[in-house]
Amino acid sequence: MTGDHQTLALVLFSVFIAVTLAITTWVSRRRHGSAEEFYAGGRLFSPMENGFAIAGDYMSAASFLGISGLIALFGYDGLLYSVGFLVAWLVVLFLVAELVRNCGRFTLADVVAARMRERPVRIAAGTASVTVSVLYLVAQMVGAGSLVALLLGGASQQARTWMVIGVGALMVVYVAFGGMRATTWIQIVKAVLLMGGAIALTVLVLIRFHGDFNTLLNTAAERSGHGREFLTPGLRYGGGWTARLDFISLGIALVLGTAGLPHILSRFYTVPTARSARRSVVWSIGLIGGFYLMTIVLGFGAAAVLGSSAVHASNAAGNTAVPLLALNLGGGAGSTGGTVLFAVVAAVAFATILAVVAGITLASSASVAHDLYASLRRPRGTAQDAQRAEVAVARIAAVGVGAVAIGLSLLAQDLNVAFLVGLAFAVAASANLPVLLYTLFWRRFTTRGAVWSVYGGLIPAITLVVLSPVVSGGTESIFPGVDFAVFPLENPGVVSIPLGFLMGWLGTLLSPEAADEARHAETEVRALTGAGAA
Amino acid sequence: MDKQDGRSAGESGALRLDDPWYDALASGWGELDDETTPADEWDRTEKPEPVPVPPPVPVAEPRSAPHDEIYLAVQRSAAFQEVRRRYRRFVLPGTAVFLAWYLAYVVAATAAPGLMAHRVVGALNVAMLAGLGQFATTFLLTWAYARHARLRRDRAALDIRWETQELTGGNIR
Repeated sequence: MTGDHQTLALVLFSVFIAVTLAITTWVSRRRHGSAEEFYAGGRLFSPMENGFAIAGDYMSAASFLGISGLIALFGYDGLLYSVGFLVAWLVVLFLVAELVRNCGRFTLADVVAARMRERPVRIAAGTASVTVSVLYLVAQMVGAGSLVALLLGGASQQARTWMVIGVGALMVVYVAFGGMRATTWIQIVKAVLLMGGAIALTVLVLIRFHGDFNTLLNTAAERSGHGREFLTPGLRYGGGWTARLDFISLGIALVLGTAGLPHILSRFYTVPTARSARRSVVWSIGLIGGFYLMTIVLGFGAAAVLGSSAVHASNAAGNTAVPLLALNLGGGAGSTGGTVLFAVVAAVAFATILAVVAGITLASSASVAHDLYASLRRPRGTAQDAQRAEVAVARIAAVGVGAVAIGLSLLAQDLNVAFLVGLAFAVAASANLPVLLYTLFWRRFTTRGAVWSVYGGLIPAITLVVLSPVVSGGTESIFPGVDFAVFPLENPGVVSIPLGFLMGWLGTLLSPEAADEARHAETEVRALTGAGAA
Repeated sequence: MDKQDGRSAGESGALRLDDPWYDALASGWGELDDETTPADEWDRTEKPEPVPVPPPVPVAEPRSAPHDEIYLAVQRSAAFQEVRRRYRRFVLPGTAVFLAWYLAYVVAATAAPGLMAHRVVGALNVAMLAGLGQFATTFLLTWAYARHARLRRDRAALDIRWETQELTGGNIR
C-alpha cells in the first residue's frame, strides 16, 4: 500500500470527522438538556430516517469487511453469518419493536419496570444492558484499531493504540455533546455512505463478470483453491461435533441476540409512534438485507478476482479483502481509480466504526444514568431537577464508558473480533431477550421471575465464556499457560439462552406474590394500542 | 433537514395515524361500561372528520384505583381482545415458522453437508439456494407483517388508544 492511498484516505477520514463534528455542533446548538432530547432525540425522526439510522447502527465494520472477508476465505460458511444477522430482524419486527416503543421511554429496563417492582428489575436489566454494550463496544474498537491501522499501512502497536484512543475520544464527544440527535444523524450519514460504497463495488464486480453470477461463483470456486467445496458449508465449521455444535450455538445467538441489543432497542424511541417504529424496521430490513446480499457478491468477487490466497496473505482473518478488491477494481495499485476506490472504502469503514461506536456508547450511558443511577440515588428535589441531573450523569457516563471501553480494547487487542461480536449477541440473547418476551407476553410473570431471568442468563453466559477454550487451555487463548476450560464451546448461547428462559419461569413459579393484574393489563393495553405511550 | 416538511410530504393523502394529536378522538366513548360494546362497534372503519385536538396537559398523578380499573376494563373489552387475537394469531405462528426454517437451515448446514452440496442448476447448489431462500422469506414475511398490521390492527388499536387516554385523562403514565 503506497503513500498515495494513505494520504487520500487520511483526507477522507478528516472530512468525515469534520462533517460529523459539524453535525454535533449544529445539533447541540439548540439543545435544552431534557432527557427526551438527550436519550431519544426529541422522538420526531421519520420512519425513513430512523430506518437508515437503525441500519447504520447495525451494519458494523465487522459486517462490511469481516463477512466479505470470511466469504472470500471460506466461501459458503461466511454466508451463514449474513443470513443469521438478517433473519434476526424478523424477531425484532414481530415481537419487539412496536411493543417496546409503546411500553418504554428510553431503555429496555423501562419496559420491564412498567409492570414490576422498579428498583430490582432496573438494576438487573441496567447491569445486563451495560455488560452487553461494553462487550459490543470492545469488539468494535478492537476492530477499529487493527483495521484502520492496517488500512493506513502502519500496523505498528503504537498506531493501533492511538487509533483506539482517537476513536474512543471522538465517540465520547459525539455522545456527550450531541446526544441521540447527533448520533442519529451520524448513523444516517454513515448508512448512506456504506450503502453507496457497497453498491458501487457490487456493480463493478458484476460488470467484471458481465452480470453473470454463475461465472462469478465458478471463478471464485476455482481461484479459492478449494474447488466446489468452496460453495458448500463446512470449510470453516466442519470437523468434529464440538465445532458443529459451536456453530449452531452461534447461529442461535445471532438470531435471538439482535432483539436484546440495547442500542438497537433505544432507536425505537426516536420515532413518535409504534407504527413509525414498525415502518423504521421495514426500512432497515430492506437496507440491511440489500447490504448483506451485496456482501455475498463482494466476498465471492474478492475470491474470484484476487484469489483466496492473496486475500489470506494480506490479512489472515480476511479483513482486507474488500479494500484490496476495491484497489483491483479501480485499475490496480498505482492507478488513480484504484487509489480513489481504496481510500473511499477505507473512509467508509472508518465512518462505520465511529457511528456504531457512538450508538452503543449512547445506549450504555442511558442505561447507567436512567437505570442504575436513577435507581440507586436518593430522590430529592423536583422531577425536573432529577431529570436534569440524570442527563448530566448520562453525559458523564458517556465519558466513563468511553474510558472503560478504551482501556478494555487496549487489553483485548489480540482477541478475534467476530468472536467478541458473537459473545455480545449471546449475552444479549441470554440476559435481555427472555425478560423482554416474558414481560410482554406472559400474564403471570413476576418481579422475581424478571430478576432471575436476567441474572440467570447473564451469569451463566459470562461464566461459560470464562470456562471456555477462549480464555484458557488453547494456544490462542487469553491465558494460554493455564487450563481451566471445562466448557468445550466458544459460544455459550446454546446453554445460556435456554437457562435465561428457564430461570425466568422458575423465578415466577417460586414467587411469594402473584403478578399484579392491573399493571399487566396496563402494560398489555399500552403495548398493543399505544395508550399513554411516551 | 426540515423534518416536519419531509414527513407531511411523505404522508400526504394518507390518514395521519402517525400524528396522534391531529386525529380526532372517537366520540361517544366517555363511559367505563363501554367494555360491553360489541366488537363491530369498535371495529368500525368510518372515522369522523379529523378535528385538531390540543395535546392534553400531562398531569403527574399517582397511580390510582380508577386508573387501574380503566386499564383492566379496556383489557377485558371485546375490541381489545380482538386486536390482541389478531396480533398473536399472526406473530406466534409466523415466528414459529421462520425460527424453525432458520434452525433447519443452520442444522442442515452443519449436519448434512452432503445434501447441501447437491447441485441444482449451474453453480447453484442446495446450500446456496437455501441461503438465498432465507433472504427471500425474510423480505416476504416483513411485507406480510407490515400489511397485516396496517390493514388489520392499526385502526382498531388507534381507536382503543384514544378511548383509553380519554378515560385516563390524557397522556399520563
